[in-house]
Amino acid sequence: MKVLIIEDEKELQKSLADSLRKEQFVIETADDFESASEKLAVYDYDCILLDIMLPGGSGLQLLEELKEAGKSGNVIIISAKDSLDDKLQGLELGADDYLTKPFHIAELNARVKAVLRRKMLDGRNAIELANIALDLGERQFMVDGENVALNRKEFDVLNYFLLNKNRLVSKNALAEHVWGDHIDQADNFDFIYYQIKNLRKKLQSAGAGIEIEAVYGIGYKLVEK
Amino acid sequence: MKLLNQSLKYLSISILLILGLWGIVFYFNMLREIKESVDEGLENYKRQIIHNAESDSTILRQRDFDEGFFAIVEISAEEALRATDSYADTLLYMQDRDDEVPELEPVRMLTTAFELDGHYYELRMINPMVEEDDLVKELFLEASWLYLVLLLAIVLINNLVLQRLWKPFYEFLEQLKNYRIGKSKTLPEAKTKIREFTDLQTAVNTLLQHTLEAYEQQNQFIGNASHELQTPLAIATNKLELLIEKGELNSGQAESIAEVMDIISRLVRVNKSLLLLSKIENRQFLDDQLVSLNEVVRQVVGDLEAMADFREVGVSVESKGELKVAMDPSLANTVVSNLIRNALFHNVQGGTVEVFLDEKSLKIANSGQEDPLDGQHIFERFYKSGKAQSGTGLGLAIVKAICGLYGYELSYRFEKGQHCFEVVFE
Repeated sequence: MKVLIIEDEKELQKSLADSLRKEQFVIETADDFESASEKLAVYDYDCILLDIMLPGGSGLQLLEELKEAGKSGNVIIISAKDSLDDKLQGLELGADDYLTKPFHIAELNARVKAVLRRKMLDGRNAIELANIALDLGERQFMVDGENVALNRKEFDVLNYFLLNKNRLVSKNALAEHVWGDHIDQADNFDFIYYQIKNLRKKLQSAGAGIEIEAVYGIGYKLVEK
Repeated sequence: MKLLNQSLKYLSISILLILGLWGIVFYFNMLREIKESVDEGLENYKRQIIHNAESDSTILRQRDFDEGFFAIVEISAEEALRATDSYADTLLYMQDRDDEVPELEPVRMLTTAFELDGHYYELRMINPMVEEDDLVKELFLEASWLYLVLLLAIVLINNLVLQRLWKPFYEFLEQLKNYRIGKSKTLPEAKTKIREFTDLQTAVNTLLQHTLEAYEQQNQFIGNASHELQTPLAIATNKLELLIEKGELNSGQAESIAEVMDIISRLVRVNKSLLLLSKIENRQFLDDQLVSLNEVVRQVVGDLEAMADFREVGVSVESKGELKVAMDPSLANTVVSNLIRNALFHNVQGGTVEVFLDEKSLKIANSGQEDPLDGQHIFERFYKSGKAQSGTGLGLAIVKAICGLYGYELSYRFEKGQHCFEVVFE
């Protein structure tokens, strides 16, 4: 899998690249309009992370060029401007997703995986790992082919963990992803702990080949047993 | 007060004064004219009587006014020589055509003296005068009619003039009322050649142009500020997450990093809330659609269900009608979500949150601390009530800003031990 990160802020670019390399992706980077435009003209990428404010031009212009070439479908816009206009314009130009900075690494990871999965879609929309399968279309969770009942939020939590297999999912990232962006209270953490505890119990009693580990006091990680 | 009524008020008062003054002057002038003409008549009459008396001595025997309008009395020469022509207003018993019995009527009387064949006579003649109170009454009536007719004419003319002359002004005003900074594409235009109105248009449009520039600068500043703050925050968050992932930390170090991460996420939330607030106050939203708040409430309550169960707070929704409002859907969601979260988080174990909806209002009542909150300050930015909370202190300020943007009325009151927040969508 080849991913291009177009981001002028060096440190952020480096963090994103480090994180995505852990997923065994091949990472290339561009930090201004010119170099991004060149790379996009020459190579094909499976996923493109695109910042809008770039030295030398607008990311939206790059997106337009991609659209003309029919290659805008796998673009995730990462912008510091949470502007509705930019968002709508970006999505109109065929971008797949729009992510506002700052975001958690787990969130970016999940979005990139979602883009890649849609690209690779081979008829079934399910994640399989060990003896479990998560059917995103039917919203069903199976262990050894047996259906295990999960409520709506538990399903979302498990999906998020599976997209971030072996990666840290911080409590903040989880709270924002599953319970909404405008969480105003930090004392949700007990609640998250409680939710994870329930999910763990369900995984264990169903005999799933995956488990959710605590990472220090900061978050969790899903691993194969 | 409308311009029409205001001008009518001034005109009617001044015309009343002018007409009143004119009435008084007119009355006295008229009275003088009448007297002059009556006096002239009496003078002619006098000569005629004296002339007639030379040939008809019976005239000299008419001693009082019973049979005519003159009376003649013989006087001494001394008296006659002293006498001059004198006119006087006096009253006499007379029977007019319209009187049943004789009444005192005002008359003009000329007293004079003449000599005939060595005898001296005093001659008094009278001529009925207009009755002054009749004159006043008549005049007053006429003036009142005139006043009424004038007023009516003024109302009509005023209406016509205002409608014709002021039409471009009202059209311009209407455009100005509908003008939205950053939303409207064209500046208001007065379609007229009247200089005052074109001047007004120029002045208003210059002002609007300045405001537009300031608005755009502000937008740009918000965009830049957000960019400048969000990116460093993103870097800090992501670096720490990667550091934790490496997993080469002892538990003390991990704990410190966890604390820093919490602080950063608080910063992120405050920053996002402040950006949202300034966006609301700059009216950068207004992608208005018809939103069913019943639906929004259902969604928010559904999302918070597990959280409410965990906190052992019972949430109930009672809708008496469909509440549909034209507003930005994401802002509608923010209002409902912030209010319900607020009610849920500032609650007690085993407490309740009750949501009431009807056609024009949303009310949320919750149990919580037993004293009323400070209604003056709870909607202010960064206000936090007594108990230290980990929230941003901006949730209610955002709700208030959104309500302010759309002109909805947001209120807090403490009722029967419950904290009630109400939004009236009018």
